[in-house]
Amino acid sequence: MSRPIPRQLAALALAFGLAAHAAPSPALKAGVFEPPRQAPELMLRGSDGSEVKLSRYRGKLVLMSFGFTSCAAVCPVTLATLTQARKLLGSLADSVQVVFVTVDPERDDPQRLKTFLAAFDPAFVGATGKPEALEAVRRSYGVSARKIPMADGYLFDHSSSIFLIDAEGRLRAMMPYGHEARDFVHDVKLLLAK
Amino acid sequence: MTARTSWRAALAACAVLVLGVLAWAALAPLDVASRDELFEIPHGTYARRMAGDRVEILPDTIRLTLGVKDVLLLRNLDEVPQVFGPALIMPGQSFRLPFERASTYSFACTAHASGQMNVIVEPGPDGPWQTLRWRARQLMRRWA
Repeated sequence: MSRPIPRQLAALALAFGLAAHAAPSPALKAGVFEPPRQAPELMLRGSDGSEVKLSRYRGKLVLMSFGFTSCAAVCPVTLATLTQARKLLGSLADSVQVVFVTVDPERDDPQRLKTFLAAFDPAFVGATGKPEALEAVRRSYGVSARKIPMADGYLFDHSSSIFLIDAEGRLRAMMPYGHEARDFVHDVKLLLAK
Repeated sequence: MTARTSWRAALAACAVLVLGVLAWAALAPLDVASRDELFEIPHGTYARRMAGDRVEILPDTIRLTLGVKDVLLLRNLDEVPQVFGPALIMPGQSFRLPFERASTYSFACTAHASGQMNVIVEPGPDGPWQTLRWRARQLMRRWA
């Protein structure tokens, strides 16, 4: 014969249950958007020859950065960090897609992007397009890019953060430049676990 | 008791009180309710800017302290998306950026005339003297 649970015990169990449910999720190393919004879609040409759309990567975590292949400082460091992060992730690396959106469509065609990215990780996808299309993408993510003329050409001063887009296509977080690969590994694991 | 003696007693009592406050400020553990340094874009900011008001919300340089105030929390209470510091934040959305290392961080920020925002993250107070200095600085910031 089952005995009724004392009312106080039931209340206690409910309180514990609610507390566990309401407990904040483990903190990310990246900056977190709350509530998250749907990541603005891309319609760009990919270095793999196909159209780059975020909807292609549903089910994967997308790490998206903005830069240009002639960048001598920030972009190579970012891509090297992401390469290392994917190595550290082991089998989970297949659940992560790195997308590199150029801010320099004048020089960065799909082939150039492909050659550049292959030096880091052939699985990385580059994205380029018409200047106005790329500007619209940057605007929708709050990314800035300013062309700076130099004696031997030009370079760009651009935002260097990396966007973390979850498997449902929501813009969850933004990792500022300078974080180590293990910070990405930490956040990727958390976001893939949810 | 002469006037001179009572004057000395009052002085000694004041000195003990001041020393007590300083000892508390130096030795009591820092107990902050939140590690968030919050900046909010108030409702109507866009309309005010469109009307010609200069609305400055984020300073060019923000100072944080590891372990005490080391999370930058930006919240947009306005009706339009806003580039706020390093992030584009939708109406009603917040962006919470934690810092784990003492350093100077520079972010591109179109909301600033310089196009840049700096976050200086200082090490947390270590020892009584630094704790005292940290509390004194917080007090001065509140009065400023």
